Amino acid sequence: MITLQIILFSVFAFIAVVTSILVVTRKNPIISALFLVLNFAALAGIYLLLNAQFIAVVQVIVYAGAIMVLFLFVIMLLRPEHEKNFFEENPKMKWLALAVGAVVFFQLIYTIFFAKLSTAIHQNGEKSVDIGTIESIGRGLFTTYLIPFEAAGFLLLAAAIGALVLAKKHFD
Amino acid sequence: MIPIEFYLILSAFMFISGVVGVLTRKNAIIVFMSIELMLNAANLSFVTFSSFLGNNIGQLFVFFVMTVAAAESAVGLAIIIALFRNKLTINIDEINILKW
Repeated sequence: MITLQIILFSVFAFIAVVTSILVVTRKNPIISALFLVLNFAALAGIYLLLNAQFIAVVQVIVYAGAIMVLFLFVIMLLRPEHEKNFFEENPKMKWLALAVGAVVFFQLIYTIFFAKLSTAIHQNGEKSVDIGTIESIGRGLFTTYLIPFEAAGFLLLAAAIGALVLAKKHFD
Repeated sequence: MIPIEFYLILSAFMFISGVVGVLTRKNAIIVFMSIELMLNAANLSFVTFSSFLGNNIGQLFVFFVMTVAAAESAVGLAIIIALFRNKLTINIDEINILKW
C-alpha cells in the first residue's frame, strides 16, 4: 500500500540523493552552493516526516538561510577558479577516492542491515510528535543541558570575533 | 510506516558523497560544502534515532551540531578569505605553506 508518507519520503530522498551528488561534481561553486540549498530543503522535509518540527524549521533558517548566504557571499568575493571536469585532472586519485567511498558505503549498508534494526525499533507516532516540539527541546536545553547551551553561546561569540580578526589580518 | 533502514541508508549515502567531495575536489569552498554535507548526514541519523526511540536527546544534539557547524563555517570562510588575499588562490593543491 502506498501512503502519502511513502510518496513524500521517496520524493525528498530522491532530491537529497541527486543534489548531494551534484554538489560534489559540478564545476561552478555557485551551482554547487545552490544545489546544497536544495539538499538542505529536502532534508528539512525528511525531518518533518520524522516528526521533528523544530529541527526542520531550524534547518531551513540556520542552514539554508544563514550558512548558505555566508557561502554565497564568500564565493562572490573570490575570483572563480577554473577547475577542470571531474575526471580530467588526476583521474587515478579520483577513482581511488570513489573506490574508498564505495567500500565505506557498503560497509555501512552491511552494518545497517546486519543490525536488523527494523525488527527491534518501531516508530512510535504519538511519542515522536511529543518529543519534536519546541516545548520539549526548549525544556531540555534550559534544564538538563543548560551548561552546554551556554557554552554553545560562547562558541558562537568566539567564532564571530575570530572570523572578524582573521578576515581583517594582512600577514606577509 | 517507513522502516528505519531507509533513513539510515539515505544518511550513509549523503555522508559518502561528502567524503568523496572532500577527497576529490580542489576548490576549498567546495571542500567546505562537502563537510557541511557530512554534518547533515550525521544530523539525519541523530534525528532518525531520536524519533524512532522516542527520546529527545538526539534532537538536542542536532541543535549543538548546528551551532558548531555555523561557528566552523564562519571561521573557515574567514580563513579562506585571508588565504585568498595573501596567495590569490583557493586551490588546496597550491596552498602548501605548512609543508616542508
